[in-house]
Amino acid sequence: MIKQADVVIIGGGVVGCSIAYNLAKAGAGQVVVIERGYLASGATGRCGAGVRMQWGTETNCLLSRESVRLLENLPEVLEVDGDIEFKQGGYLLLAYSEKMVAQFKQNLTLQNSLSIPAQWVTPDQAKEIVPHLNTDGLLGATFCPKDGHANPFKVTSLYAKAAAKLGVKFYTYTEATGLSVKAGKVAAVHTSQGDIATNTIINAAGGYAKAVGCMAGVELPIFPERHEILVTEPVEPMQTPMVMCFYHNLYCQQTPHGSFIMGIGHPDEPETFNIKSSWQFLSEMAARITKILPPLANLNVIRQWAGLYDMCPDRTPILGQDPTVKGFYTAAGFSGHGFMISPVVGQLMAQMVMGQPLLIPINMFSADRFTRGQLFVEPSVV
Amino acid sequence: MTEPVIICRCEDITLADIQERIEQGNHSLEELKRECRCGMGPCQGRTCMPLIAQELAKSLSKPTGEVILPSFRPPTAPISLGALARGSSHD
Ligand SMILES: Cc1cc2nc3c(=O)[nH]c(=O)nc-3n(C[C@H](O)[C@H](O)[C@H](O)COP(=O)(O)OP(=O)(O)OC[C@H]3O[C@@H](n4cnc5c(N)ncnc54)[C@H](O)[C@@H]3O)c2cc1C
Repeated sequence: MIKQADVVIIGGGVVGCSIAYNLAKAGAGQVVVIERGYLASGATGRCGAGVRMQWGTETNCLLSRESVRLLENLPEVLEVDGDIEFKQGGYLLLAYSEKMVAQFKQNLTLQNSLSIPAQWVTPDQAKEIVPHLNTDGLLGATFCPKDGHANPFKVTSLYAKAAAKLGVKFYTYTEATGLSVKAGKVAAVHTSQGDIATNTIINAAGGYAKAVGCMAGVELPIFPERHEILVTEPVEPMQTPMVMCFYHNLYCQQTPHGSFIMGIGHPDEPETFNIKSSWQFLSEMAARITKILPPLANLNVIRQWAGLYDMCPDRTPILGQDPTVKGFYTAAGFSGHGFMISPVVGQLMAQMVMGQPLLIPINMFSADRFTRGQLFVEPSVV
Repeated sequence: MTEPVIICRCEDITLADIQERIEQGNHSLEELKRECRCGMGPCQGRTCMPLIAQELAKSLSKPTGEVILPSFRPPTAPISLGALARGSSHD
């Protein structure tokens, strides 16, 4: 194993790989990625793969808008061959209460001011977009045709391939077990394969970010939360957009492969590293989805699984250098939407490490916002 | 010319596909499955996973018993969302 590196990234999910590529591209010197399993074995490979620009805060709108721009031509941008299966079939966000209608309309004003092509649709128009939608009780929806989804394994491996081409070293099946901090500065990473001396460490450990923070003596308010998800057998194309509903706390899309992928958020999910599947999820998911999209009752479920959301109290990530330990950066706490913003997060983290001007101002994402009491709450999350 | 050998029937994947991906460095069933979807169709790998495990063992020159099988995930057999939804309404 390499003995010394300019930057060591802990975590080989989509975020770690995107940061690695962007650092190498920016000339950060020797960059190393340490991953406990295989690349994308964490939340990335378990996620719903959705990409949307319909957010309620300006920063999230910008992060996702710029990421979509990159995803649209990712192989060309990264100068490697591959296909990330990015399909822009749109996102249909359903509104079932007056409060939600008001929030969505407010979000639309913000989104449109940032050139995000989302629009309000009536229940009838929503039914034209998704013919099998049950519009009972529906007050309307917002639709953005440029939202969509991409294959998370392929996005991650494309970034990894591009990074490796620029000299980044990947150590899979290797666990970071401890960090050395000397005089308030990062000095080394200890791994199951040996030690690496470095002055810069990036914590991209997803649901395990808090544990990695502890290794540096830093307390991060990021906690793991299980989210369950299932996939059906493939059928002929019948649903173009992702259907999402904050009221029923669910999302459902048909992949280019033909299968439907769907998940729900659970308000009572405890803080744990548990990623076991439950039968309660199957029946709850089935009950809710067959109400909103009745013909899906005929589809067979072939597999269910679960992954961890890395939750922050305000459902917004922590991006930046720790205020107390020099050289210790965190990019985690994505609260269920880290895949879709990973292309830009990689750029921003590289810019921070290299001391370059930031593409988008994200000072509000710093870890010390919690001690300052300046939370940055995103209203539109499942 | 020999006929291509299909190793995963649900996802239509040939033996040659698998051999090529092993050569490219995918040395576990978990990685192979994520690369090409082998074993991810309606039968959930019941037929193909043992065959692919054998291929992997052969290429890596180790006993088949040492190839780690991927996670087997519920449900055990495909079941419709309609049946599952009815189940929950009997609660
Ligand atoms: C069910 C579900 C659905 C989701 N749906 C969406 C969606 O539709 N759209 C979206 O944008 N996001 C979605 N997300 C969220 C998204 O998956 C994550 O935000 C994103 O993948 C985070 O990427 P990451 O690289 O930070 O984390 P991860 O992919 O979790 O990567 C972290 C990696 O760090 C490794 N690691 C941890 N500790 C150590 C250590 N000590 N040493 C070495 N390695 C270590 C882990 O093995 C892991 O591979 C969903 C998540 C889940 C669980």
